[in-house]
Amino acid sequence: MTTTATPAPKKDKKFKGVVVINRESCKGCAFCVEFCPLGALDLEKDYNAKGYHPPYLAKPELCNGCDTCGLYCPDFSIFGYREKLEQAA
Amino acid sequence: MSAPVKENPVNKYLRTERMPSIWCPGCGIGTTVNCFTRALDASGFDLDKVAIVSGIGCTGRVAGYLKLDSFHTTHGRAIPFATGLQLANPDLKVVVYSGDGDLTAIGGNHLVHAARRNADMLVVCVNNFTYGMTGGQVTPTTFRPAIASTTPYGAYEETFNLPRLADSCGAVYVARWTAYHVRQLAKSMGEALNKKGFRFIEIIAPCPTLYLRRNKLGDGLDEMKFYREKSVIKHGADTREVNLDFRQEITVGKFVDRERPTLEEAMEKQMTKTLGSKYVPYQSPGKKPAWS
Repeated sequence: MTTTATPAPKKDKKFKGVVVINRESCKGCAFCVEFCPLGALDLEKDYNAKGYHPPYLAKPELCNGCDTCGLYCPDFSIFGYREKLEQAA
Repeated sequence: MSAPVKENPVNKYLRTERMPSIWCPGCGIGTTVNCFTRALDASGFDLDKVAIVSGIGCTGRVAGYLKLDSFHTTHGRAIPFATGLQLANPDLKVVVYSGDGDLTAIGGNHLVHAARRNADMLVVCVNNFTYGMTGGQVTPTTFRPAIASTTPYGAYEETFNLPRLADSCGAVYVARWTAYHVRQLAKSMGEALNKKGFRFIEIIAPCPTLYLRRNKLGDGLDEMKFYREKSVIKHGADTREVNLDFRQEITVGKFVDRERPTLEEAMEKQMTKTLGSKYVPYQSPGKKPAWS
């Protein structure tokens, strides 16, 4: 899948992707960052309490809430979902 | 730390008070558990009717982390326990979740005979090519010439081809996936949960601390990238041709899907044939017996 850094804005977008991350239970394996189909995640520069770099949503405009990160996470620390946009309804 | 606005959808299947898990960063076992919870979620089973049995080892901890009726047996004896559990309560969906050392080395005999008798259970074998919890000893799946703590000059034994072993012993469903193939794995687990008979799924997973580090193969992420590069999906492939080799192509897919009478069905058929109307089929506990 090819993605560009600045995708053309979609006017008919009915939902946005939301990623919820539990920073403290993350072990920094980076499976979610590597296997995100849209490359929307990246590792933080900061450390969590256990000394790992948790992920964050670096490119929120790319995320479509497919939950592939949630399926890969070995520590159940991340998941994505789709939130309906009000103006599209 | 900001409180999550929404609960993780898999949390209801987990004993979250026991988290974080003991698994190392980059270990693939957690990913397979994640896939299993998704399969369970999609199947819509009554969770009181699903039981999970594990042996000893890193993968053996799965029974402790899933919020189901679970049992953590002695080393290698997960399958005999599951056979008894299923025979005593035929309504249960019994899942055996264990590792390669537990299922194929120490419990190898039980695997062979449960498949032969077609005992009704799903066996999920997480194959990480080593005994993780006890310090990285050689298992029947460690490739030549990989280094393990008991083979410091390289392993030299022939390895098991697990799909072929399960197929030739009579399993009705045989599949192999890697920890990289999460969507396919979740789908395959869902399919297998809905079948009757001995179902066997082998999952190839990275062991970053013992197997990969000792063999200088990088960390868990590097191994997952290797799976992405080297795995080939071949559904229905002949299991004789799906042998694995050190750093070679990994054939994945669903290899066998067939029907055979299960242990319980075969017993009932034979008993009815011999005893006729005198034979009273076994009733699950909680159900009203047929004769009252």
